[in-house]
Amino acid sequence: MNMLPFLVALWLLLVGLYGVSATKNSIHLVSSLFVAQSSGYLLLLSLGYLKGGTAPILDQVRVGSRPVDPVVQALTMTDIVVGAAVSALILACALQAFKKSGTLDPRRTPPMRG
Amino acid sequence: MSVELAPFPVLAPLFLAAVLAALEHITNRHRILDLLSLATVAAVLVLDLLLLKRSFSGTVVYWFGAWTPMQGFPVGIAFVVDPVAALLALFAAFLTAMGFLYSWHRFKAVGTYYHTLMLLFLASMQGFCLTGDLFNMFVFFELMGVTAYALTGYKIEDSGPLEGALNFAVMNSIGGLMVLFGIGLLYGITGGLNLAWAGAFLEGKAGGATVAAAFVLLSLGFLVKGAIVPFHFWLPDAHAVAPTPASVLFSGIMVQLGLYAVARIYWVVFSDALDPAPLRLLLLSAGAATALLGAVMALLQRHLKRMLAFSTVSHSGMMLSGIALMDPSALAGTLLYLVGHGAVKGALFVCTGIILYHYNSVDEETLRGKCLPLKATGALFCLCGVALAGLPPFGTWAGKGVLEQSAGSLGYGWLPPLFLICSGITGGVVLRAGGSLFYGVGSANFLSSSAPSSGKYEEPEAFEEKGGTPRMMLLPLVLLVVVAVGAGALPQLQSSLAEGAARLADGKGYRATVLKGGAYAAAALPQPDRPGLAMGVAAALAAVAVAGFFFIPPDAVRPLRGLRRALEGPVALLRSLHSGYIGDYTAWFLAGAAVMTLFAIMSQ
Repeated sequence: MNMLPFLVALWLLLVGLYGVSATKNSIHLVSSLFVAQSSGYLLLLSLGYLKGGTAPILDQVRVGSRPVDPVVQALTMTDIVVGAAVSALILACALQAFKKSGTLDPRRTPPMRG
Repeated sequence: MSVELAPFPVLAPLFLAAVLAALEHITNRHRILDLLSLATVAAVLVLDLLLLKRSFSGTVVYWFGAWTPMQGFPVGIAFVVDPVAALLALFAAFLTAMGFLYSWHRFKAVGTYYHTLMLLFLASMQGFCLTGDLFNMFVFFELMGVTAYALTGYKIEDSGPLEGALNFAVMNSIGGLMVLFGIGLLYGITGGLNLAWAGAFLEGKAGGATVAAAFVLLSLGFLVKGAIVPFHFWLPDAHAVAPTPASVLFSGIMVQLGLYAVARIYWVVFSDALDPAPLRLLLLSAGAATALLGAVMALLQRHLKRMLAFSTVSHSGMMLSGIALMDPSALAGTLLYLVGHGAVKGALFVCTGIILYHYNSVDEETLRGKCLPLKATGALFCLCGVALAGLPPFGTWAGKGVLEQSAGSLGYGWLPPLFLICSGITGGVVLRAGGSLFYGVGSANFLSSSAPSSGKYEEPEAFEEKGGTPRMMLLPLVLLVVVAVGAGALPQLQSSLAEGAARLADGKGYRATVLKGGAYAAAALPQPDRPGLAMGVAAALAAVAVAGFFFIPPDAVRPLRGLRRALEGPVALLRSLHSGYIGDYTAWFLAGAAVMTLFAIMSQ
């Protein structure tokens, strides 16, 4: 099994989360989160990938060829849909926060915590 | 009742959510929307009750589209309803009903999809409880998340709810990502997404590092939802600003569903493949740290909802400690505690909602002595304070008692004192707040009056009308207290939960029922002992003592001044850790996730 896709997925995850934790811009924060999320798609797809495999359209597969795993493709599609919903909501929140506070720097608005 | 009813607790609220979204544009819609949503929740309650009754005679397995397993391999998606799944679904529906009762006709911004969001939230919780499929679980986890973020940021013209929703959404998305990674790993190992299949595949094999990593990654995601240290930071930010009905659901059941998921995947998938000792150590230490930190942070709050949120963190830690013992009787105690705590915490959030309704504030300092007219609410608030500490006969007492008995017999004698401290503190702060709000005792104390978030001016959730508290706000409060008492006072619930927990912990039986069909043969269980009264009374007394400590006038006693100086540094440190910045939270998450994953991989 080729390790490269898994290493890339791990890299995307870490670089995305680094972006989330170190950013000075809310929109950039949300984009970093999307980068981290895309690592999940890559991980799933690479799990089902076969070198030289054909598309998993099972009634048209020629004898002797091996189709790639359709389940992980379905999972990836589902996850993209879920991710789109979450991302849209977070972006809307970030934009609204910008309208309220007038700054995109997540560290400048005074927190009300403690 | 037929098995075919199993998907309807999810389908009914999903469908009605769409219908209600379409009805948003008619005028005079409030009453119609309220009635329709309450009717839907009532239908879900009835369905869950039927499922619960049925599940005791045999686990209900429903295959969508009749795709039953082929040669032992599950090709379809299954709902698997055992007693614990049905009971948690039932409890979620009950809390949703209380939320709808509270918001009956008075919710200020009702009309902008509030009912739709609540019903979607209900549907996702039902699905999360009932499903027997890992990816299905992930999708419901994310749906639960999306609706919860939207509910948190419901008052979108305020900056607090916005930031709370943003913190909540980012942290839980990262958690969801961990679940997805765990699913990917597990699918790579076992080739299936059905929980029972994955468990059957791993059964009897030496687990090894990859399996351990899959378990930890899955758990990480669910522990973020369960607000376990160091992934708990989002919870107080979100729960403190969410509308009251949403807070009731978040603290009462959503957080605990994360812990339930850890228990479920452990017992069904990993229990026969991994060495339990290091996992127990890992989860137990996380749980104990959470219980302590949550209790201490609750002490430091003057914002009532934030204080209750930290108390939820603390109790969530106690529940994780119970699950971490990996023992059926401890699990039974934890589940009983979950029900008792959910009802009491829900009642407390309803009380805060009533305070907010009358005074547009949830600040302990500015409201001191101002809430004297709210006699009934005040009495119930203080009663819930001692109930939260675990006074008999509340459900918190019974659950904690069972848990403490089994912790003692398993050789974890340090857990009961820890629970005593945490329940004493979390109950005590509620009593402190109750005393100062409703009876005017005490004065600004050095621990909580310096809290940066005060909740002094809050947007009203409803238009206040002349007269006292509306009856429809008091009704859910009374019902929640009644359920909290019933959960502890009825021995039937304890014995049913003992059976439910035994079946949840029987991974082999679960797998056989799902994959091979056939009825579940329940082993005869000994009738469990009722928990003793002593620990419950002790915890309630501890709560009273904690509250009493804060009612001592400041500077009256000389040692207090020294204590105040000594605590200044640690208090400031704790406050600065809970900074409210997503970046810091993510850094904590990365550190915690790295430590947990490495520990689990090295130890297997």
